[in-house]
Amino acid sequence: MIFDPELAEIRFGCGLSPGVAPVASRDEMLMRLRGHDDAAEQFPIAETEEILISVRRFAELRKLNRSKRGTPEAKQAQKAFRRFRRAHLKQRDLHFRQLLLRHITTQDGFRERLALFWADHFTAKGKNRAMKPLAYGYVESAIRPNVTGRFEDLLIAALSHPLMLHYLDQFRSRGENSALNKRQGGRGGLNENLAREVLELHTLGVDGPYGQQDVRQLAELFTGLSYRIESGFLFDKRMGEPGSETILGQSYGGAEPELAPVLQALRDLARHPATADHIARKLAVHFTKDQSDPDLVAHLAAAYRASEGDLMQVYAALLDHPSAWDDVLANVKPPFDYMASACRGLGVNPEQLAGWGAKPIRRNFIAPLRLMGQDWQSPVGPDGWEEADSAWITPQGLSARLRWAMAAPRRMVKPLPDPVTFASQCLGARANQRVQFVASAAETRAEAIGLVLSAPAFQRR
Amino acid sequence: MAPSVLSRRKFLTRSGLLGCSLAASPLMTPVSLAAAPWDQRLVVIILRGGMDGLDAVRPYGDANFAALRPGLLAPSQPSGHDLDGFFAMHPDLGELMPLWHQGELGFVQAVSTPYRDRRSHFDGQDLLEAGTMGLGQRRDGWLNRLLQLQSGVVARTAFAIGHGDMQVLHGAAPVSDWSPDADLALSPQAEQLAGLMMQEDPLFASALSEALALSRSSVELGSMAGGDEGTQDMAEAMMEMPRAAKGKAHLKLAEFAASQLRGETRIASFSLNGWDTHSYQKRGLGAALKRLSDCILALKQGVGPSVWDRTAVVAMTEFGRTVRENGTGGTDHGTGGTMVLAGGAIQGGKVYGRWPGLGEAALYNRRDLMPTGDVREVAAWIMRGLTGTGQSDLENQVFPGLQMGQDPGFLR
Repeated sequence: MIFDPELAEIRFGCGLSPGVAPVASRDEMLMRLRGHDDAAEQFPIAETEEILISVRRFAELRKLNRSKRGTPEAKQAQKAFRRFRRAHLKQRDLHFRQLLLRHITTQDGFRERLALFWADHFTAKGKNRAMKPLAYGYVESAIRPNVTGRFEDLLIAALSHPLMLHYLDQFRSRGENSALNKRQGGRGGLNENLAREVLELHTLGVDGPYGQQDVRQLAELFTGLSYRIESGFLFDKRMGEPGSETILGQSYGGAEPELAPVLQALRDLARHPATADHIARKLAVHFTKDQSDPDLVAHLAAAYRASEGDLMQVYAALLDHPSAWDDVLANVKPPFDYMASACRGLGVNPEQLAGWGAKPIRRNFIAPLRLMGQDWQSPVGPDGWEEADSAWITPQGLSARLRWAMAAPRRMVKPLPDPVTFASQCLGARANQRVQFVASAAETRAEAIGLVLSAPAFQRR
Repeated sequence: MAPSVLSRRKFLTRSGLLGCSLAASPLMTPVSLAAAPWDQRLVVIILRGGMDGLDAVRPYGDANFAALRPGLLAPSQPSGHDLDGFFAMHPDLGELMPLWHQGELGFVQAVSTPYRDRRSHFDGQDLLEAGTMGLGQRRDGWLNRLLQLQSGVVARTAFAIGHGDMQVLHGAAPVSDWSPDADLALSPQAEQLAGLMMQEDPLFASALSEALALSRSSVELGSMAGGDEGTQDMAEAMMEMPRAAKGKAHLKLAEFAASQLRGETRIASFSLNGWDTHSYQKRGLGAALKRLSDCILALKQGVGPSVWDRTAVVAMTEFGRTVRENGTGGTDHGTGGTMVLAGGAIQGGKVYGRWPGLGEAALYNRRDLMPTGDVREVAAWIMRGLTGTGQSDLENQVFPGLQMGQDPGFLR
């Protein structure tokens, strides 16, 4: 296997950049990943705690606004609430800018890709305006720091985060025989949503060895997992179903509801062989191609099993395998990755982009992303974004990509680079004759740049 | 478009610039079109936000109604259009009165999905589009499952229109998606070069040629009026940041739907937003209803008389709203709601549904209109009539767990 630095950046990183030299070896990729998270330090994004403060303030002002209705202070309370709401939602655009800056400047592109991959694997989103910005805190605090650890720790961090407990309705799920349910005369009840998705999406996979009874039992075991916007995660015993539960034949918990058996069940699920297969398949599809090599999947699953889910071992196995380095570019970049790699390839000046406010970020990135089919941080369901290339390269999706590629670069880079030079800058050895001809034949520089960014060789990785 | 004007597209086609890429598209080659599996047209409009059916179709004949809506029904307000001596249509639906008289417009009152109590838009819409008994049971949508049961379905058979995610059409059956404002405006040269660039990658090549073909059909609709005269305008349009259409975007959706339904498309679906009228409902709901009315009229005009006779338009929402007006001139999330039916295939001139009454004891949770029917049942009977799909398929596959009961006769 010959290491190809350009392919490493294109397939496993954020794309080629005129200002950042490609990684020199597989060992360097792993070393950077094992090392400090420089990008997060350089371009900080709010952590959970900070965003929860804003969520609390939102709730207070909303409450005040409601309580003042019909009084002389109504107008003032409403104004204060609306002003805060706008600022609360706007912070997302600034976080988005930071994320983009990480992609543009990083020397540790594999980390950015893994953060996106795992955030998608554990898809969670705010279901109301108060909670929406928390999506950034969730990734920053629960996902990103854990992508180089053990899968079970990542699983626990994701599942105990307020956003996940909110998104999949866990925080209001209570046992039929819980203390709270009895006191309140049987109001409320069990919600299976999170338990089902943990088995189907997060661990064993939809074809995994579990049945409805396991979903039900896991849902009962999960009762008590909750949060408060004041204090974050909380195991609320009063909501917990007393007695033990049996999941995949294993018994968990005793008479009293407790957190420890919940965590044990999650660790056991994380180490299950079906989880190894499921994670291996997802990684292979995401980083190589939709119809990935079964041998690669088996290789990853073996590394996962042997290390009991030590993700660094699994990544090492991925970078080890010949089919990870297949010369043919296959997967289509999802819209965000497409945009971010275009900005990186253009050599967008980070200082300049760092000065952009919420409005240009929305107009130049968030709105076009939606047109490309990726409503950022709002995938339709808990299964996250589509992996299939055909889901993105639809007439509508491709049209939006082409239009963005024609219009966006000149707003970010002045003057635009020479198109032929740009082609080899962002495609490297993959700037074939066809691309070079197109780059030289277009009528204007902006068209030429847009066409190079539209090349399948740039849109695939 | 006047026939003497040589449109940009015609010019391109004639000059051969578009020739190869378009000829390569299976969509541009008439002989490759499979016969559509059925002839009738179905348009499903999702009204996102929770339409207040009690204001859209007002049960003024119910003795309890007026007292529940003192502000919304104040004497100073324009009263509605009487339908049948019991229900009256909202003033802003007035342009639909001729359809009502011709029997091409009907309503179903007091219907809902199986969704109860939480009253979240998010979950309510998920369930509406999944068409299941409970949340999280299926990831595909019921319109897609209908397609999965038919043979001869091609991508163009069904269209999801607009930028909103039409979960109702997601699934294993092929479906087209397009938004009228997704038009690809490229200079002739750029268009040719893009074709050349993508020529060797079938996924990209076919998406590009279809995007160009669909943009052309939008151009013919006049959505780019003024932009197709000179290449200078083209070049400028090409350099504009893509963004979703504002203003009369809803009309473009309906016009585009109609243009496809005139051809081989049998199902079109799109969303209309703006129904979440917690305050100043007089203004907000009126505007939303006007948009719905515009769309129905644009569909009728756009498909033409013969297709309209074979068309059913079904508009549905995730839930109704509270029967009582709230403190800010609006209504809050409720349960039982209203469906709007239109089209030449509809047996209109009638408000369907079993009216539960508005007395305190008749309400759901003492606050919402009690649902006496299931929106899925209405959709199922209409699809049964339009597509000939078997009842057991509808009850087991399309809407798992639904019992369709007796045919209420929504279709002519």
